[in-house]
Amino acid sequence: MTSPRRTPARTARRRAGLAALALASATVLAACGGGGFEEDSTDTADGPTGGEGKASLQMLIASSGDAETKAVEDAAAAWAEESGNEVKVVVAQDMAQQLSQGFAGGNPPDIFYLDASLFPDYAVNENLYAYADQVDDVDDFYQPLRDTFTLDGTEYCVPKDFSTLALQINTKSWEAAGLTEDDLPTTWDELADVAGKLTTGDQVGLALGPGRDRVGAFLVENGGFWADSESGEITADTPENAEALQYAQDLLKSGDAAFSADLDSGWGGEAFGTERAAMTIEGNWIKGAMENDYPDVDYTVAELPEGPAGKGTLQFTQCWGISAESKNQSAAVDLVNFLTTPEQQLEFADAFGVMPSRQAAQQDYVDSYPEDAAFIAGGEYGQGPVNLPGVGPALADLDSQLESLKSANVEDVLGSFQKNAEAAVE
Amino acid sequence: MTPDGRTATGSVLATSSVSSAPTTGRGGPGPRRTGTGRRRLGESTNLSGWLFVAPTLVVLGLFLLVPILMALWVSVSDWTGKGNPFSGDTGFVGLDNYKVLFTEDALTRQDFMTSLRNNFYFVLLVVPAQTVLALFLAVVLNQSLLKARGFFRSAFYFPSVTSSVAISLTFLFLFTGSGAVNSLLGFVGIDGPNWFSDARGLIHIVGDKLGVWSIDSPPAALTDSGVLSLSWWDWLSGPSVALCVIIMLVVWTTTGTFMLMFLAALQDVPQDVVEASRIDGANRWNTFRAVTLPHLRPTMLLVITLGLIGTWQVFDQVFVMTTGGPSKTTSTPAYLQYFYAFEGQEWGVAAAMAFVLFLIIFVLTGLQRFLFRDKDAIAEKRAVRARNRRRRKALAAEGGEVR
Repeated sequence: MTSPRRTPARTARRRAGLAALALASATVLAACGGGGFEEDSTDTADGPTGGEGKASLQMLIASSGDAETKAVEDAAAAWAEESGNEVKVVVAQDMAQQLSQGFAGGNPPDIFYLDASLFPDYAVNENLYAYADQVDDVDDFYQPLRDTFTLDGTEYCVPKDFSTLALQINTKSWEAAGLTEDDLPTTWDELADVAGKLTTGDQVGLALGPGRDRVGAFLVENGGFWADSESGEITADTPENAEALQYAQDLLKSGDAAFSADLDSGWGGEAFGTERAAMTIEGNWIKGAMENDYPDVDYTVAELPEGPAGKGTLQFTQCWGISAESKNQSAAVDLVNFLTTPEQQLEFADAFGVMPSRQAAQQDYVDSYPEDAAFIAGGEYGQGPVNLPGVGPALADLDSQLESLKSANVEDVLGSFQKNAEAAVE
Repeated sequence: MTPDGRTATGSVLATSSVSSAPTTGRGGPGPRRTGTGRRRLGESTNLSGWLFVAPTLVVLGLFLLVPILMALWVSVSDWTGKGNPFSGDTGFVGLDNYKVLFTEDALTRQDFMTSLRNNFYFVLLVVPAQTVLALFLAVVLNQSLLKARGFFRSAFYFPSVTSSVAISLTFLFLFTGSGAVNSLLGFVGIDGPNWFSDARGLIHIVGDKLGVWSIDSPPAALTDSGVLSLSWWDWLSGPSVALCVIIMLVVWTTTGTFMLMFLAALQDVPQDVVEASRIDGANRWNTFRAVTLPHLRPTMLLVITLGLIGTWQVFDQVFVMTTGGPSKTTSTPAYLQYFYAFEGQEWGVAAAMAFVLFLIIFVLTGLQRFLFRDKDAIAEKRAVRARNRRRRKALAAEGGEVR
C-alpha cells in the first residue's frame, strides 16, 4: 500500500541516497582490498629483506611473567644499542589470535615466539621466513628440536629454549613409605610398584596431567608415537602404542595413579604441590610453580623410567619466528643470532628457568643447576610434538578422548585418531 | 486518457490520505491545501535526516556490513589467513566449506554437530529459566508493600553488570571438586560431582537412576545407529554436568537485566484496568493472567528474542572455564569457530560455521516472532485495510462516474 506521503520525487531521492550508501560501502570495501594488504608480497626465495639502514623491529612474546618480560626486553635493548636498530617488545595476551591478526592484516610482528604446535600451519600457509641456514653454528642446536621446526625438508627457525618431562617425587612421602634412593623407578614395573607403595588414604601415588602431552611419553618409551614427523605418516594404531596406553590405563584403574582433573587440580603440578599426589610427570616449568606456590614441599626430580624400548620423554619448545612479510628480515636474523648465543641463553635460564637449546651451553647449565640434570638429559632422547599441518582438530579430539582413558577402549582411541589425522593430512 | 489520468491519480492520493486520517491520527485535509510548501519542508528535513544518521550508517557499514560481507566471502573461499582475503591468491571453492559441516562424515562434522547439540540443550534450559525467573523477580519487586525495593533491585541486577570473565573465574572456584558448592552439598549428605570434569549427560544420568538404561553399557539400539556423525545415544545425552554449571551461571547473570525490562513494563500496566478486574471479582492470579501477562507480551517477545540470540552465541564462559571440555560437552558453535580459525587455521570452515549459526538464530527468532504475534492486532489491522479498500473502490467508482 503506497504511503500517501511518498511522492515520485521523494522516491527518486531515496533511491539516490541508497545508491550513495551502496557506493560508499563499495568504496570502503575497495579500500580494504587495496590498502596495505597486497603490496609487494615478499618472496622468501630472494633472500632477506631490508639489508641496509636502521631497522625498527616489532617483537611479540608470550611471557610467563615479569621476570621473562624484563629479561627479553633487556636483551633486545642490548642488541639494539650494539647494532643501532630499534626493537619494541610487545607481550601478547593470546598469541595464536594476535599472530593470526598480524598475518591476516599484512602487518605481523617481525620476530615472535612461535610454539611448536602452531608452527606447521603457519609454515604451510607461507607466513614464516625460513632463516635457519643463516644462523651461526646451527648444528649446535639439539637435533630433535631442529626436527620440530623442519617441514618438508626446510628448516624454518631455531629453537629459543626447550623443556622436557621428568618424574617429580615428594621427598616426605617417599621416606614415609620407607623408600630409598635405590628404589627410584627405572622401569615401568618399578614405576607401578612405587606408585602403589606411595598411595595412601589421602594421597595418590602418581598424578598425570591431561592429554597427549603426558601420556605420549609412555608411547615413546615403548618405541611408538602418534605420528612420524619425518615421513608425515600417522602411526597411531600400532600394537606398541596400544600396549603403552594399556599400561597407563592399568595404572589409572589400579587407583595408584589418577588424572589431575580427578584430583581437583588443573595440572599435575597443582596435584603434586597440594600433596594430593606423591609423584607427577611434568616439565621444568614446575620449578617456578613449586617455588612460588608451594615452597614448603620438598621434592626430587628423576628421569622418566625406561619403557620396553628404552628411555623416552617428550620435548616442548618454541622457536624465534620471523615473519615472511617482515621488511627487516636481515636485522631480525641478526637479533636471533644475538638471542641464541650460549651466553644469552644462559642468561635467560638464570632469569626465568628455561633450558638452553644449544648443546654448547649444556655443561654450564648443568653446573649451575645440578638438580635439573634429569630434565636436560631428555634433550638427547626426547620426542618433539606432532608437527604436521592441519592436524590441530584431530589432536584436540585425541586429548578429549584421553580424558576418559580410564574407561576407554585404547584401540578405539588410537583408531579414531588415526582416521581423523589421516583425513586431515591428506 | 493521459491528461485526465494524472488528475485521477492526484485525487486518489489525496483522498486516500483523507481516508487514512482517522486511523493514523495525522494529516487530515492539510496536504491538499499546502502541498508545495510541505514538499519543500520535507526536502530539508530529509537532508538533515540523512546527515543525522550518516555517522551511524558509516560506523555500521564499516564495522558490521563490511566484516559480514568479508566473512561471507571467506566462508566460500580457501583463504589461509595470510594477507587480504580479496587478493588474487584466494580461490573460490563454492560450498565446499559448508559441505564439510554437513555431508562429510569426518571429525569436523562430528565436532560441529556436538557443539550444536550442546548449545541446543543450553538454549532449551537457559531461555525458559531466565525468562520465568526474571518475571518472578520483577513481580515480587513490583509489590508496593515490599520494603527496601531499591536494595533488592540493585542486588538482583548486580551480576549483570559484573564482568562475565570475573564471574566465570569465581564459579570455577565455587564448583571445584572440593569447592564451596560441594562442601554445602556435603552438609546435607550429598556427594557432589567433580563438576568441571564430569562429561555425563543429564538425561543419561536421569535414565540411569530411573533404571531405563545403564550409562556404563548404553543400549545398543541407541549407540549402533545415529545421524550426522553422532549416535542417537550421543544426541540424547542432555547437557553434561559441566555444561549445567555454565547454564546456572548464565541464568544467574542474565536474569537481572531481563528483570529490569519486566519491571519497567509492569509499572506501565494501567492501574484502572487492574482495579476494574478486581471489581469484576477477579482474584490476584486471574488479574495476573488476564490483565498483566497480556500487557507484558511485547516485553516477553523482547526478552525471549534477546535470550535466544544471546544463548546461541555463548562464548566467553566456555573460553574462560572449560575450553570445550570435558569430552567436548561444553563446546559451542561460537567457541568452535574460534578454535577452528585461530588454532586450526581453517578460516573458511570457521566462517561457514558462523553463517550456519546466523541462519539458526534468524530462523528461530522469526519463528518465535510468529508464535508471539498479536492476533487481535493483526485482525484489527486487516479489518481496517479491508474497509479502506472498499472505500477506495467506491470512490474510484464514483470518480469514474464523474469523469
